[in-house]
Amino acid sequence: MTDTWIVTIVADGRELRVAPGTSVAAALLGAGITTVRRSVTGEPRGPLCGMGVCFECRVTIDDVPHQRACLVTAKNGLRVTTAQQDAS
Amino acid sequence: MSAGVADIVADVVVVGAGPGGIAAATRAAESGRRTVVLDEGAELGGNIWRHRAGDGVPTQARKWMARFARSGAMVLNGASVVDARVTSGGDGFLVTAERASLACRVHGRALVLATGSRERFIPFPGWTLPGVHGVGGAQALLKAGLSFAGKRVVIAGTGPLLLPVAATLARAGARVVLVAEQAPARAVVGFALGLLTRPESLFQGARYRAGFLGTPYRTGSWVSEARGTERLEAVTVTDGRTTREIVCDVLCAAYGLIPSVELPRLLQCHVSDGAVVVDDLQQTSRPGVYCAGEATGIGGAELAIVEGELAGLSAAGSATDVELLRHRLRPLRRMAARMEHAFAPRAELRDIVTPDTIVCRCEDVRLRSIESGWNARQAKLYTRAGMGPCQGRVCGASLEFLFGWHADTVRLPSEPALLSTILAGTADESADSLHQGA
Repeated sequence: MTDTWIVTIVADGRELRVAPGTSVAAALLGAGITTVRRSVTGEPRGPLCGMGVCFECRVTIDDVPHQRACLVTAKNGLRVTTAQQDAS
Repeated sequence: MSAGVADIVADVVVVGAGPGGIAAATRAAESGRRTVVLDEGAELGGNIWRHRAGDGVPTQARKWMARFARSGAMVLNGASVVDARVTSGGDGFLVTAERASLACRVHGRALVLATGSRERFIPFPGWTLPGVHGVGGAQALLKAGLSFAGKRVVIAGTGPLLLPVAATLARAGARVVLVAEQAPARAVVGFALGLLTRPESLFQGARYRAGFLGTPYRTGSWVSEARGTERLEAVTVTDGRTTREIVCDVLCAAYGLIPSVELPRLLQCHVSDGAVVVDDLQQTSRPGVYCAGEATGIGGAELAIVEGELAGLSAAGSATDVELLRHRLRPLRRMAARMEHAFAPRAELRDIVTPDTIVCRCEDVRLRSIESGWNARQAKLYTRAGMGPCQGRVCGASLEFLFGWHADTVRLPSEPALLSTILAGTADESADSLHQGA
């Protein structure tokens, strides 16, 4: 990565450092958080379409629930809560 | 006007800022019309022109984005359109969007819908596991900053997108272990030979092939199962006779693209075979509503631009360049038709779903709970299939493929929205009063 500056977000209490312009979905997957939510019957789910269509990547961002992680760009201090936290 | 609701008055409102929407907005604004473009994404360009931070922007995208920036068109990014309707006075249109949890209303005399396309997903056992993405989906995640370096990737499905995505992922350090194209070799070869009349496409194809040299490319093959517990661990690939298991970290699987027609359908524009029907000025069956790009049928960015230019000019009431643009449409549409024929999903893909396979991911509806004698409406009422947050955007096409159903009617809101946004859209005011006040 040629970018010399870094964006830090907090996912489930853990600091993730990503390049500017990274989506929240990409930041979570890059940090190994593959299950971002649990389905209505409790199955693990992660980003499918990557472009706002499938709603599989929805997470809580800065206390607002049901945000599509693939449509939100990571910004310093942004807080994400995924299903990973509930499951562990 | 209600408090807390932003009202914007324009002449031409464009929904979608991909190649078609950008071209439409540019042409309308250059014709002197007040033009507003709404897009759900954080950046302009749609999924095709979006690029990785630090990567070079395609020449065509750079050219159009620069021209768009000079045109004077206004942009509302990060805006999810939830409603579009004819104003009560019948003199214009009202588009309601949600932007950062706030409602936003855009009034216009003419509307250009450039809503693009999405991937067609066909269910198979295990397709809901984390680690399974769409083909364009993986590309979108890569452009959004995800690293695939060192990942073992299988790419499966159909269509001309498989090779460029394989090449892009390989260049990004992924180990692409297999590309499985479901179409038979003769269809793929036939399509490729047709490209000989279009040397620039052939050159593009060759460059993609070189990008992942050494990776097996199999025609007539498809993924019949994905396995794993908390995430993907392996896939089974078949050619209908033999099967083999491949260990992998990521599976990209999608069966081509389908038009996104929720908004056109909400406005009761005529839709045939899943695509919006337009006349030779890109106008839909509803006067004043124009449509351009993938929503009128899958044809790629080049076709979307020409259709967008035509739609933008028509919406602005300008006849400039119209004949020239129509002439440029013809060969592009012929190529689109050939593509659709070559990459039609094979019937065997219906046989790999099991009773236990999830067909609606939002509501976890399994195949066994759906009866084949039903229609889409009955499945929705009895099982909730298509009633989740995606509103049938994923399962609609899956169920259509599996059961031959046609999509159920589109209702408000076209995307999940706050109640305040929906109410803002229904508090209609005649466009005339606003235009006079502006």
